[in-house]
Amino acid sequence: MSKRIEDLTVTENHRLAEGFFVVKVSSSAGLPEILPGQFVQVLVTESPSTFLRRPISVHDVDYLSNTISLLIQVAGAGTERLSRLRHGETINLIYPLGNAFTLPAVGEKVLLAGGGCGMAPLLFLGRKIKESGIEPQFALGFRNRSRILEHEQFRDLGTVHLATEDGSEGHSGFITDIPAFRESKWDRVYCCGPEPMMKAVAALCLERDIFCEVSLENLMACGMGICLCCIVPTTSGNLCSCTDGPVFNIRDLKWQTSE
Amino acid sequence: MADLRIKIGSLELRNPVMLASGTCGYGAELEDLIDLSKLGAIVVKGTTLEPREGNPYPRMAETASGMLNAVGLQNKGIGYFEKHIYPTLAEYDTHVIVNVNGNTVEDYIELSRRIDRLASIPAIELNISCPNVKQGGMIFGTNPTSAREVIAAVRKAYSRTLIVKLSPNVTDITEFARISEEEGAEAVSLVNTLLGMAVDPKTMKPVLSTVTGGLSGPAIKPVALRMVWQTARAVKIPVIGLGGIMNGDDALEFIMAGATAVQIGTATFIEPRTALSAIVNMDSFLSERNYDSIINIIGIINRI
Ligand SMILES: Cc1cc2nc3c(=O)[nH]c(=O)nc-3n(C[C@H](O)[C@H](O)[C@H](O)COP(=O)(O)OP(=O)(O)OC[C@H]3O[C@@H](n4cnc5c(N)ncnc54)[C@H](O)[C@@H]3O)c2cc1C
Ligand SMILES: Cc1cc2nc3c(=O)[nH]c(=O)nc-3n(C[C@H](O)[C@H](O)[C@H](O)COP(=O)(O)O)c2cc1C
Ligand code: FES
Repeated sequence: MSKRIEDLTVTENHRLAEGFFVVKVSSSAGLPEILPGQFVQVLVTESPSTFLRRPISVHDVDYLSNTISLLIQVAGAGTERLSRLRHGETINLIYPLGNAFTLPAVGEKVLLAGGGCGMAPLLFLGRKIKESGIEPQFALGFRNRSRILEHEQFRDLGTVHLATEDGSEGHSGFITDIPAFRESKWDRVYCCGPEPMMKAVAALCLERDIFCEVSLENLMACGMGICLCCIVPTTSGNLCSCTDGPVFNIRDLKWQTSE
Repeated sequence: MADLRIKIGSLELRNPVMLASGTCGYGAELEDLIDLSKLGAIVVKGTTLEPREGNPYPRMAETASGMLNAVGLQNKGIGYFEKHIYPTLAEYDTHVIVNVNGNTVEDYIELSRRIDRLASIPAIELNISCPNVKQGGMIFGTNPTSAREVIAAVRKAYSRTLIVKLSPNVTDITEFARISEEEGAEAVSLVNTLLGMAVDPKTMKPVLSTVTGGLSGPAIKPVALRMVWQTARAVKIPVIGLGGIMNGDDALEFIMAGATAVQIGTATFIEPRTALSAIVNMDSFLSERNYDSIINIIGIINRI
């Protein structure tokens, strides 16, 4: 699949909760085919301490308006600058990058699990799964009630199970404590979130022999497979999380050695 | 159109702009974004005899105006290169130069011999300056006796254009440039990365798995430029300048300081079109100032 470098126009910047926001950018050239799980490399301007581009997952794609949504959490100077993007500004992207989640087969029961900005790729994935005729379910985890992100669009696609670490809303604990996660027989689980969350989900899936893919957020310099900085130890050696990933089947990862 | 052609030994390049080793993969990764046939040359990834997995993650740290890397020469080895990568490179309409690395002099010899047999590779860049490997690499590039030994040995083993890539992590880089010239290298390229490190105060640990790594990007440009200027005055063979070139004017600075050609490294990660815009910028600069050829401005700061 071919990638491009392009200036896109910001059409919306919408704050979700403290430190989280959704930026929509539109392409005047028309969007290329983008797969769920792929990401963009954003050039951050007007932030002198931000030297490299910043990798951000594709949160959603709307081909009618040629718009990509990005769900961004402020982590440092680069994302802080992105949080101040104004309507009409242009941002330069290299995209689409990376591999994609493998879509389920007809009739399979699938769970999309995530938390915080790890929810980002799950919306577009959920949409694609829904389009393929399967109703996905979501397990979303947050620290507490005030950190819960707007997820109406997820509800439009399928059932949403919530967990908060302090039990202030939904199930108490981590997403792996959600009864539906433990009790149902899932054919596939897709997960993106903080590494401890992904590891807990992976452990549960391995134990129950469930197909599971995770989307990793390794540090990247280029995002295009030319620097080899983003490697992940796998059963077939060190792979690039930007070109061979960011989506990996948990069976291929050697997480115990990456710590 | 000004004449941008330059020569590195017997190798003629259509213009003086190359992509630096370790920052452009094998070229193919960038084909969607830039037309490789417009470049003077590409220097592909550091290659070793045996496959290497490189250093553990994390291998990268962003720093003020630059980055540290500790990749450690991850590559699939010369056997894989010959079989799977070389056939695709041979199709490119640009010069492909291979960056050669070893643990021992014998490794360098064997590797150079094998690349000598690959007809479409017109030159090698002998990397005696990688700061991220325990054996070989920079050990050769920071000790004059070992540097001489490995360059002389490779010169005997390799019949085409030999470029030696020098380490900036020495007191006097011109000494190594002179040794390269005396042992028959056709050119020197400089600089490789500067040895550096970063600490994460939150975790109270070094950021890189290897503690130290190689610094690149605009943070090193003034140092690189100074070394290129010194070296160009110390040797007669062409100097290929690199280190922190982020735009066309940076490239001109290196040429004016004495570089015959330049390489673009880290800038490609951020703006893959940097090398192409540097070429356009050279052409328009020469035309505006009524110079016929890029050769007219090589080392011009020493003449004005
Ligand atoms: C494939 C991929 C997809 C991503 N998708 C999203 C997304 O959809 N939404 C989103 O908000 N973020 C996403 N990220 C993470 C995002 O790229 C980083 O948060 C961002 O680069 C931080 O930049 P900054 O300048 O704001 O912060 P910095 O100042 O660079 O960093 C702030 C802190 O965060 C840490 N950090 C930075 N990047 C990472 C990382 N990749 N992994 C772990 N720690 C890191 C730093 O060490 C530092 O402690 C993704 C990352 C990858 C690799
Ligand atoms: C991620 C990375 C990998 C590199 N790998 C190699 C390599 O394999 N061989 C080599 O000679 N130089 C390597 N270098 C050094 C560059 O070719 C170049 O000398 C250095 O980065 C300085 O130039 P720059 O500031 O333009 O990047 C690497 C640099 C980076 C950033
Ligand atoms: S980020 Fe450069 S190779 Fe993956």
